Amino acid sequence: MTQVFFYIMAGIVVAGALGVVLVRNVVYAALLLIVSLLGVAGIYILLSVEFLALVQVLIYGGAVTVLVLFALMLTRTGELKEKLDGDQKPLAAVAALALLGAFFAMISQTTWPRDINQLTVVPFGDIGDALFNRWAVPFEIASGVLLVALVGAVVISMQEEGER
Amino acid sequence: MESVHASIPLSNFIVLSSILFSIGVYGVLARRNAVLMLMSVELMLNAVSINMVAFAVYTAPTFFVGIIFAVFVITIAAAEVGLALAIVLRVFRNRGTANVDEIDTLKW
Repeated sequence: MTQVFFYIMAGIVVAGALGVVLVRNVVYAALLLIVSLLGVAGIYILLSVEFLALVQVLIYGGAVTVLVLFALMLTRTGELKEKLDGDQKPLAAVAALALLGAFFAMISQTTWPRDINQLTVVPFGDIGDALFNRWAVPFEIASGVLLVALVGAVVISMQEEGER
Repeated sequence: MESVHASIPLSNFIVLSSILFSIGVYGVLARRNAVLMLMSVELMLNAVSINMVAFAVYTAPTFFVGIIFAVFVITIAAAEVGLALAIVLRVFRNRGTANVDEIDTLKW
C-alpha cells in the first residue's frame, strides 16, 4: 500500500518537474512547479518527517511560488513569442541524461552498510530539540541570513530616480 | 525510538531524487529565461533535500543530521529566491529583458 502511494507521489513529482522544464507557457511552468513541490511534501510524509512536509507546503507551496509568479508577471515583455529555450537544448538533454546514467550506475553498484529497508521514525519533538540545542548557532545564523537577504532584496529592487 | 517496517526500500527515494536532480540540470541548461532557470534550481534543491532526508531516516536516525540540513536548505532557498528575483527585476527594469543570453555586459 505504501509502495502504491510512493509511486503516485513520485509520478506527481516527476511529471510536475518535467512540465516545469518543458512547457512553453511561463505561468503554466510556475503552476506545475507548485504541483511538483507539493508532491515532494508527500514524499516527506512517506518518509514520516511530517515537520518537513509542513515546512515544504508553507514555504515552497506558498511563499516561493507566489514570489516566482510575481516575478513572472513583472518581467513580462509585450511580445508573445518570447524565447524561453536556448539553441543548446539538445546538448542540455544529453548532459542531463548522462548525469542520470551516472547516478543510476552509482546507485546500482553501491553496497549499503546496514539493512536499508527499515525506516526509523524520528519524533517531532526530537527535531525541535536538536534544532534549538545542538544546532542553535547555525539556526541563529540562518535567521540573520534571511534578514539580510530580505533587506537586500528590498534595497536592490527599489526604484531609483530616472528609472522606468 | 520507534521503528517502523516500511515496504519502500531506500533506493526508490534515491532514484526519485536523482531523476528530479537531472530534470533540474536540464532546466538550468536549456531554459534562457532567468525566472525559469531559478525554478529549475528549486527542483535541484528539492532533489537534494529528498536525498538527505531519506538517508537520515534510513541509515542514521539517531543523529538525523540530514533532516536538520533539509531545514537549512529550505531556509537558504527562500533567501536565495527573494534576492535572485530582486536582481532579475532590477535587470529587467534596466535592460528590458529577462533573457540571460542578452545580459552580456561582462562578456568581453
